[in-house]
Amino acid sequence: MTITKTKRTGSVIFSEYKSGESIKKALSLKRDDILFEMRTSKLKGRGGAGFPTATKWMLAAASISKEKFVICNADEGEPGTFKDRVLLLEYPELVMDGMVVAGYTIGAEKGIIYLRGEYEYMIQSLEDYLENMRRENLLGNNILQTGFNFDVSIRMGSGAYVCGEETALIESLEGQRGEARNKPPYPVNTGFLGRPTIVNNVETLCAVSHIVVKGGEWFKTYGTDKSTGSKLFSISGDCKYPGVYELPWGTSINELLDKVGASHTKAVQVGGASGICLSKNEFDRKLSFEDVPTGGSIMIFNETRDMIKILKNYMEFFVEESCGQCTPCRIGNKKLLEGVKMIEEGTITYSYLKSLRELGHTMQVASKCGLGQSSPNSFISITEKFKDEIFRYGNGGNNGK
Amino acid sequence: MLLAEKNSLTEEIERLVEKYGSNRSSLLPVLQDIQRNHRYISEHAQQEIARVLDIHPVEVYSVISFYSFLNTKPKGRNIVRLCRTITCDLAGKDSIVKAVERELGIKFGETTKDKRITLEFANCLGMCDQGPAMLVNYKVYTKLTPEKAVEILNELK
Amino acid sequence: MENKDFRAPLSQKAHTVEKPAEPNQIGGTVSVEINEKKISVPLGTTILEACRQNQIHIPTLCYHDDLCIAGVCRICVVEVEGMRTLQASCAFPITAPIKIKTSTSLVRKARRDIIDLMLSEHYGECYSCVKNGNCELQNLAKEYGVDSYKFGHVKEPLFEIDESSYSVVRDMTKCIMCKRCVRTCIDLQEVGVLEAVGRGHETHISTFMDKPLGEVICINCGQCINRCPTGALHAQDPSDVVWSAIDDPNKHVVIQTAPSPRAAIGEEFGLEAGHSLTQELNTALKRIGFDAVFDTNFTADLTIIEEGTELILRLYKALAENDKSVALPQFTSCSPGWVKYLEHFFPEYINNLSSAKSPQQMFGALIKTFYAEKSGINPEDIVSVAVMPCSAKKFECNRPEMQDSGYKDVDFGLTTRELAKMIREAGIYLPEMPKTHFDSPFGDASGAGLIFGATGGVMEAAIRTIIEFVTGDKTEDVFENANVIPVRGFDGIKYLEIPITEVGEVPDLIKHLIPDWNWLKGVTIKAAVVHGTANAKKVMEDIIAGGKFSGCHFIEFMACPGGCLGGGGQPIPTNEEIRKKRAQAIYAEDESLEIRKSHENPNIVRIYKEYLKDGPCGHKSHKLLHTQYIKRGKYIA
Repeated sequence: MTITKTKRTGSVIFSEYKSGESIKKALSLKRDDILFEMRTSKLKGRGGAGFPTATKWMLAAASISKEKFVICNADEGEPGTFKDRVLLLEYPELVMDGMVVAGYTIGAEKGIIYLRGEYEYMIQSLEDYLENMRRENLLGNNILQTGFNFDVSIRMGSGAYVCGEETALIESLEGQRGEARNKPPYPVNTGFLGRPTIVNNVETLCAVSHIVVKGGEWFKTYGTDKSTGSKLFSISGDCKYPGVYELPWGTSINELLDKVGASHTKAVQVGGASGICLSKNEFDRKLSFEDVPTGGSIMIFNETRDMIKILKNYMEFFVEESCGQCTPCRIGNKKLLEGVKMIEEGTITYSYLKSLRELGHTMQVASKCGLGQSSPNSFISITEKFKDEIFRYGNGGNNGK
Repeated sequence: MLLAEKNSLTEEIERLVEKYGSNRSSLLPVLQDIQRNHRYISEHAQQEIARVLDIHPVEVYSVISFYSFLNTKPKGRNIVRLCRTITCDLAGKDSIVKAVERELGIKFGETTKDKRITLEFANCLGMCDQGPAMLVNYKVYTKLTPEKAVEILNELK
Repeated sequence: MENKDFRAPLSQKAHTVEKPAEPNQIGGTVSVEINEKKISVPLGTTILEACRQNQIHIPTLCYHDDLCIAGVCRICVVEVEGMRTLQASCAFPITAPIKIKTSTSLVRKARRDIIDLMLSEHYGECYSCVKNGNCELQNLAKEYGVDSYKFGHVKEPLFEIDESSYSVVRDMTKCIMCKRCVRTCIDLQEVGVLEAVGRGHETHISTFMDKPLGEVICINCGQCINRCPTGALHAQDPSDVVWSAIDDPNKHVVIQTAPSPRAAIGEEFGLEAGHSLTQELNTALKRIGFDAVFDTNFTADLTIIEEGTELILRLYKALAENDKSVALPQFTSCSPGWVKYLEHFFPEYINNLSSAKSPQQMFGALIKTFYAEKSGINPEDIVSVAVMPCSAKKFECNRPEMQDSGYKDVDFGLTTRELAKMIREAGIYLPEMPKTHFDSPFGDASGAGLIFGATGGVMEAAIRTIIEFVTGDKTEDVFENANVIPVRGFDGIKYLEIPITEVGEVPDLIKHLIPDWNWLKGVTIKAAVVHGTANAKKVMEDIIAGGKFSGCHFIEFMACPGGCLGGGGQPIPTNEEIRKKRAQAIYAEDESLEIRKSHENPNIVRIYKEYLKDGPCGHKSHKLLHTQYIKRGKYIA
C-alpha cells in the first residue's frame, strides 16, 4: 500500500501543526498548567467511551509510583473505523507528540503504542518516525535539554478486537489473554505491570497536541457545550465519498449524509457494530455526547440493504470476538445470533424475541467489560426499528411460522 | 521434528527472550516472531517458550488460542485474510470468496495442497472506505474485484 | 520491568486494597448503605464480604474462599448507586461511601438471565449427574425458580468426556466456565495443567494442546474436583466394580480405611464438619459386605518405622560416615500427588524421596502376602480396596511398579465421596451405626498413624518415635502430652529444629543397622512441613538455591492444602474452616487413644517378629514396602 499524504482539511485535528511543537511548548510549562489547559478544553476520550481526558491524567499524575506508563490505544478494531489508520500514517507527529506531552504531564518515562496486528504494514514507517524524533531529541533521554526522559516502543496485537478495551489491552501487553480486568482498580492506579497507566486513543492524543499549542479555550470554541472540539468520522457503506472526515461535534446525520453523497439511505449505524442503528426518522439527531455519542464509525445503508443480514454480520462478529470470560457476553451473544438466524428462518416468536431483547438489556448492565455491555446495542435497536423486515421473513404470531 | 531442528528452535527462542526480556510480558512479541518465522508455533516451541519464561506450557497454548493471528498447526506459506466485516461484505466480498475458492479449489479456512496459500476470514481490517479488502501476509490490498483478487493470489509463490 | 509476581493475570486477581491493621484508626473504615441499612466496614472490604458479614445473601459461582477473584460468572452482581452498570460484588472493593442494593428487579432479572444462559449450554439432566444434590448450579436454579429452559438447551454434547486419567474425569459438557479449576491448578497448586483455551463462544477449559488429562503433567491431586461447582470434574469412580466384587461369592473383598475419610464422611450424611465416624464406618463396611476392614493407620505406623529407619540410615551415612553422596533432606513419599509433582517438576530430586511406599501401597502388598498366608486365602481371590481422601491414590495403585505381592497390590481406590455413595446405596445411615473395631490381624492402630491425615501429622508421628529411639526419653517429656504443636496448624510452610543433646541406647529393632547414637549427639535435627504444591514449589526452589531448607534433614510434603484431610477425594465443599474442623476431629481422636506412637503399636512389633523378620529396611521389607520413582520431567511428547 502506498501512503498518500492527501491534504486534509479540518478545524482542529487537521489544522496547522508543526511536528514537535506541542512537546516544545509543554516542556516549557508546569505539569499543572498543562492539566489546567486540558481541563479547560473539556476533551473527552475519542475511543467511544468519552471519559474526560483531564480527569484520567490528573488521577495518574497524582498516583505515586516509581514507574508510570502512557499507552496509545491503536487497536482500532471497531467495524467501520479507520480514522486511526489515517492519523498514524499521515499525522504521526500529532500522535507521538501527544504521547510525549502525556508522559511529561503524568510523570511517565515510557510510552507504548499498542498497534493492532492488522496494521503491521505501518510498523516500519512508525519506527522510522520515532527514530527521527530521537535524532531530533524529541524522544529519548534529556529531551530538548530539559532533563525529561521519555521513549516510545511499539507493541503489536495479534488479531483480537477485545484488546481495544483498555484493561484487556494491558493484559495483552502483560502476555496474557486479552481478558478485561475487574474495575476498580482502574489503570490510572493499577495498570500495566501494576503501575499507574493512562490508555488514550490515537485521536485523543492528536487533540492533546493541538490543545497544548493552541489552548483549551481555542479547542472549546468548536463543538457543543458538552462535546467540545471536533471529531473524526470514518464514513463507509452506501455513499459516494467514503473516507475520514473531520466535523464539529453536533453535526446531524442528515448534514453528514449530504456531505458524503449518500442517497436513499435507510439506516445509519453509528459507533460500529457495538453502536446503535438509526432509522430514517432519526436522521435529524446530532452526533455528540449529549445525543448520539460515537467513536467515529458511521456505516451507511441504503434502501436495498437487508437489516437482518447486517445484524447477523454484527452478531457473528461478537460471538467470535468476545473474550469469552463472562457469562452474559460469552453465551448471550450466541443466543442473540441464534435469534437472528431464527428470524431469517421465519421461526421466531415475538415473545422469544422479547426475551432476547430483555437478555440484551441484562448484557448491557451485567457484562464485565464494554464489549459485552455494548454488543447487544445493535440487536436491540435493529429489531425495534426495523420490525417490518422481521415480518418479511415470515415471522409473526406466537405460534412460530 | 529432528533434534537439530529442535535445538535451533530453542536457540532462536532464547535469542528472542534475550531481546525482549525474560518476563511474561515478552510472551506476545516472542510468539509473534516465532509465528512470523515459522508460520506456526509448534508444541516444542511452546514448551521451550514456557521454559524460558518460567510459565506453564498450557498458559502459552491458552494465549496462542486467544489470538487469531497465532496458530499451533502449520499453515500455508501465504496467509490470505479477506475482510468479512459488513462494509466489505456490502462492497462485494461474496463474489471474491466465490472467485478465489473456485480458482484455488479450496474453501475458506483451508490450505492448498501445495501449502502455498491458506484462506481465512478476518474481522474489520480498517479499510472500510476502500472495500473489499484483504491482507496477504502483512500487506493490505483494497478495492478488490474478483479478477484482481485472483491475480494477486496467483502471483504468490 | 522484571516482575515475577505476575503469575496469575490481574484479570483473575483480587484487587488488594491494603486493609488497615487497626480498623479503628481514622480513615480505616468506610460507611456504606446496603439495602438502606447503614453499616461500617474496614476500607477495602468487598461488597460480597460486607454483605456476608451482615447476613445478606448474595449468590456466587466463580467465587471460592480458597481462590483469587475472577469476577466472571456475574451471578453476584448488585446495584451500586450512581454506576451505570451492575457490579460484581465479589470483585468490588469498598473504598468510598456507596449505596448498594442487592435484590432490585434489575439485579434479580440479570441473575435469572445469567442462570438461564448457563443452563442453555449445560448438557444433560440433573438426575443423571454425579453432582445431583450437591451442585451449585442446580441450587441456584432452584433458588431462582427456574422451571424451563428459557434460552433452549443443548441437545448434543459438545465435548467428549475425557476419561484418560486414572484419577480425574473431565466432562466439559457440564462446565460453566467459572475457572475455579484454572485458578486452583495454576494459582493455588501451581501445577499448571488447566487453562482457558480459545476465544469468544468457543472458549473452554483445556489442557496443553488439548491433550487427554492422562497424558499431561497432572498430578491427580483432585483439588479442581473439590472446587468445581458442577459435575464437570469428578473422580474416576470404580464403585460399580467394587460392588460386583462384593457380590461375587468367590472373592474375598477387603477394605482399608485411611484416617481422613473417617473425619469427613459425616459431612456426606448431613453432619457438621468435625465428626469422626471411625468405628461406625467399620460396622457400615461390614454390613455393605466387605469381608474384612483394616486400618490404614497400621501401615502408617509401619511407614514411620520404615521411613524413620531410612532417615536414620541416611543420616548415619552422611554424619557418621561423612558420605557426601547421600540425598538429604529426605522427603516423605506418602502423598502420591506430591510424588508425581516432584517427578514432573523436580525430577533431579527423586533420590531425596523416601523409598518407603505410602501406607496404602504398603497395606496392599501385605494384604496379598502376609494376610493371605495367615488366613489361608489365595491372593488371587482377594480384592483389595482402599478408601482414601484422595484422587491421586487411584493413580498410585495403578502405577505398574505397585505389584510387589505378585498381584496388583491395591485393586481399587475409592474416595470418601464414592464410599459415602455406596453406603447410602446400601440404605445405611452412617452416623447411627454401632461401633466396632478393625479386624485382625492388623487391629486398631496408633494415634500416630491417625494424624497422618493432617498436615504435619507424618512429621509429628516421626518425631514421637525418633525422639524415643534416639534419646530413650519419653516424647511426653519433650512435648507436653506428646502433642508436637510446632508442626500443627495450617501455615503453608512450617520449620522446626530439634537439638539432640543426649543420646540413649539403640533400640533392638534397629540394633543390627547402627552401632550407637554418638554421632547424633550435638546435632540439631532440622525439619520442615509443607502442604499444597504451591508451597512445595517455594521450598524446592529454596533448596535449589541453597537456602534454609537445603539444610533440612527431613521434610514432610503433602500435595493438598491442609494435608490429606483436604484431599481431592473428600466431601465437597471445602474451605479452610471445614479443613480446620476435620483436623480438630483427627487430633481429638488421637488424644483419646491409648497408644499414640507407631513403635508402641503391638501389631507392628509383632509383624517384625513374625513376618518382616530381617527388620526395617531389611530384604523383605524392601521387596514389599519400598519402591522407586520415575524421572518424568515437564516435557509432554
